[in-house]
Amino acid sequence: MFKIVKAEFLAQDIKLFQIEAPRIAKKRKAGQFVIIRLDEHGERIPLTIADSDPEKGTITIVVQGVGKTTKALNLKETGDTIMDVVGPLGEPSHIEKFGTAVSIGGGVGTAIAYPTAKALKEAGNYVITINGARSKDLVILEEEMKQVSDEAYITTDDGSYGFHGFVTQKLQALIDEGKKLDFVLAIGPIPMMKAVADVTRPYGIKTVVSLNPIMVDGTGMCGGCRVIVNGQSKFACVDGPEFDAHGVDFHNLADRNKMYSVYEKEALEKFEHECKLDKKIEAIENAG
Amino acid sequence: MQQQLTAKERMKIPRHHMIEQDPLERSRNFEEVNLGYTAKMAQEEALRCIQCPKPSCVEGCPVNIQIKDFINLIAEGDFLGAVHKIKEDNALPAICGRVCPQEEQCEQACVVGKRGEPVAIGYLERFVADYERKQGKIEYPTINKSTGKKIAIVGSGPAGLSCANDLVQWGHKVTVFEALHELGGVLVYGIPEFRLPKEIVRKEIDGLRKMGVEFVTDAVIGRTTTVDELMQEEGYDAVFVGVGAGLPWFMGIPGENLVGVYSANEFLTRVNLMKAYRFPEFDSPILDCRGKNVAVFGGGNTAMDAVRTSLRLGAKNAYIVYRRSEKEMPARVEEVKHAKEEGVQFKILTNPVEFIGDEKEWLKAVKLIKMELGEPDDSGRRRPVPIEGSEYIMDIDIAVVAIGNGSNPLIQQTTPEIETSKRGTIVVDSETMKTSKKGVFAGGDIVTGGATVILAMGAGRKAAKAIHEYVMEGKW
Ligand SMILES: Cc1cc2nc3c(=O)[nH]c(=O)nc-3n(C[C@H](O)[C@H](O)[C@H](O)COP(=O)(O)OP(=O)(O)OC[C@H]3O[C@@H](n4cnc5c(N)ncnc54)[C@H](O)[C@@H]3O)c2cc1C
Ligand SMILES: Cc1cc2nc3c(=O)[nH]c(=O)nc-3n(C[C@H](O)[C@H](O)[C@H](O)COP(=O)(O)OP(=O)(O)OC[C@H]3O[C@@H](n4cnc5c(N)ncnc54)[C@H](O)[C@@H]3O)c2cc1C
Ligand code: SF4
Ligand code: SF4
Ligand code: FES
Repeated sequence: MFKIVKAEFLAQDIKLFQIEAPRIAKKRKAGQFVIIRLDEHGERIPLTIADSDPEKGTITIVVQGVGKTTKALNLKETGDTIMDVVGPLGEPSHIEKFGTAVSIGGGVGTAIAYPTAKALKEAGNYVITINGARSKDLVILEEEMKQVSDEAYITTDDGSYGFHGFVTQKLQALIDEGKKLDFVLAIGPIPMMKAVADVTRPYGIKTVVSLNPIMVDGTGMCGGCRVIVNGQSKFACVDGPEFDAHGVDFHNLADRNKMYSVYEKEALEKFEHECKLDKKIEAIENAG
Repeated sequence: MQQQLTAKERMKIPRHHMIEQDPLERSRNFEEVNLGYTAKMAQEEALRCIQCPKPSCVEGCPVNIQIKDFINLIAEGDFLGAVHKIKEDNALPAICGRVCPQEEQCEQACVVGKRGEPVAIGYLERFVADYERKQGKIEYPTINKSTGKKIAIVGSGPAGLSCANDLVQWGHKVTVFEALHELGGVLVYGIPEFRLPKEIVRKEIDGLRKMGVEFVTDAVIGRTTTVDELMQEEGYDAVFVGVGAGLPWFMGIPGENLVGVYSANEFLTRVNLMKAYRFPEFDSPILDCRGKNVAVFGGGNTAMDAVRTSLRLGAKNAYIVYRRSEKEMPARVEEVKHAKEEGVQFKILTNPVEFIGDEKEWLKAVKLIKMELGEPDDSGRRRPVPIEGSEYIMDIDIAVVAIGNGSNPLIQQTTPEIETSKRGTIVVDSETMKTSKKGVFAGGDIVTGGATVILAMGAGRKAAKAIHEYVMEGKW
């Protein structure tokens, strides 16, 4: 059992947790993730370690509620527990002094990119961050990002805050201004990562993406997380999750990630139905 | 009673067949297929043993169980005595009695088998182990006075469990680290419920816990901590590495990343460990097999487990596609027989060339090619060679690749002092199971490559003995 010592919403459906996990807190490096299982019947899902405090023995994760497991997790509060937390998994981000490094985050990808952006800064890079959200109220970790950036930009799809447009448009604008970019990291929805790869490819800018295939064990045992990179099969949980963006077969990843969509829908509907029932019962009990 | 029977009379008794669930019924449920002997059957079967002065069966068993003696005890009706006799050499008889390839080991060596069918050693072993468990009369061995030595065991498969079993009895403080959330290794995530009920594995582990073994799940050694940290920072005097062979091989043919192509490890893990067959009661899904065509590639136990699992998940047609002939199949004879009875269709001397998908990258067919057997290869088995122009296409919805596993490199990568072979397995001294790193021992599939439960157990015990000597005498 792993205890949640802090839980707070950062935006609608996006919640930050600090979890007691001393061994992981001591060990983790930027770019690594944990796999959690909420309870006896739970699925194993991967979540990036956004930060850690080795002294306190805690790790931080930031979760977007998209389906049954993440929504159930987001109902947890300080003092609650998670049955299993295993990690740190995956290869740490490759950090070096590239020169000018751009970290691009889309949605909850901002939280996943944060530790690597921080590490890039610590390694002496000139760090530019571009973080995109659909609208102003979905912008997360703005302050944290600013602190690790030499230049920090926010983009919103609806223009309600920061740059009006997609992260790729901002990236293109930087390139067009004549900025020499040495390294780009992009983390977010698959179409966004693909779009970033397409922007940087003609310029030959080294670009890395963190892939999010469906995982089970996270140790290389099942092969379910395999992705195609430069024509070869790789296991994202042990060979990644970060890969050369220009070699990734994003179509295959997107198609494989839809593999269980009918089941995910069923699980979510059942879960939301049960949540509603619980609330009704609670209301009746309170009334009585 | 047995004194009165001559050897000839004993050999005339026909072998007792296992009571089994009806094939049609069982192919749709996850309950155990073999139901076990009754006490009467066990005693009668035990009488078939002619009590050889030099029992060859014992040589056939990788851990040299005193087969003749335990069978004699069964004949006398002393079932608990029999199980205690077995446990002198094998800590997990309920498991080995179920999953050992007896026809290649103890039973192959049994002299009664030279004329007719061998004594059913495996079924008898299983019977007494189940008897003990059902009676609730499990006796725990006495634990020696504490030696103050700490030993870390990495991996909770049969190698790790049997190593822990011995070491804890000799008075050491034993901690088992397991990467997954459940203990038991392949016994829980690989071998299905219908062949090895998880309850049995759980009971064995509870027993170890009662004896004082400590278990830490969710600990990936090489990631969560390293072998060096266990020894230098956490004060372990020795480490046993029993991490198995858990890196699934694929065939490297086009289309292997289509939706619907699974490794056997993933397919079986989703079903056994994550209980996907009970979705949505359990959260992890598996592609719906109901009414579908499922093809499993390979001819070992893993392939049989996967194909029989697919039937239980509702497959309309379940195929085994194997590139050699049935004779070369590495699976236990009983599994092949059970699979056939349940309706699995065998496509032998056939190999896949390509997986074919639709525009959304969902698997819809496989291109196969016929094979013939050529000259023997390194393994002594005749090498299959493709017959030119014999390709054809078979419609399938789900494919499961079960062609074996390589070794997971996590430990070796983070502890480079541990020498490995070209295949990635850990190199050990075959007598002491010592690796090239002081204080570190290894055994089981991580040393041999994918093998058997009993070999892994044997290796765990061998290592336990050497670990004991090492920590007590301090000599490497
Ligand atoms: C290495 C890695 C790091 C990640 N880090 C984060 C993070 O820091 N914060 C965050 O909010 N999300 C993160 N994700 C994504 C997160 O794991 C999924 O959103 C989550 O598994 C969805 O589960 P669900 O039951 O809530 O939704 P579901 O309804 O089951 O699925 C929603 C989508 O999530 C994906 N998914 C489903 N099951 C799994 C699984 N077992 N493993 C991986 N993906 C799955 C599917 O593509 C699906 O389309 C990460 C994924 C990976 C692979
Ligand atoms: C589907 C299937 C069916 C089989 N059927 C039979 C059969 O009928 N008869 C038979 O005799 N044999 C059978 N086998 C083979 C047999 O199961 C194995 O030979 C045996 O389990 C090997 O035991 P082990 O202890 O070496 O490893 P495993 O059983 O593989 O256990 C290793 C354990 O170590 C854990 N681990 C791995 N890496 C780490 C790490 N870095 N840190 C911590 N823990 C780690 C794993 O999660 C696992 O739990 C079968 C195998 C499979 C896959
Ligand atoms: S352990 Fe296996 S080989 Fe040995 S006697 Fe038992 S069934 Fe036979
Ligand atoms: S070889 Fe067969 S008959 Fe002889 S002792 Fe062993 S089991 Fe009995
Ligand atoms: S998640 Fe199983 S191999 Fe990567």
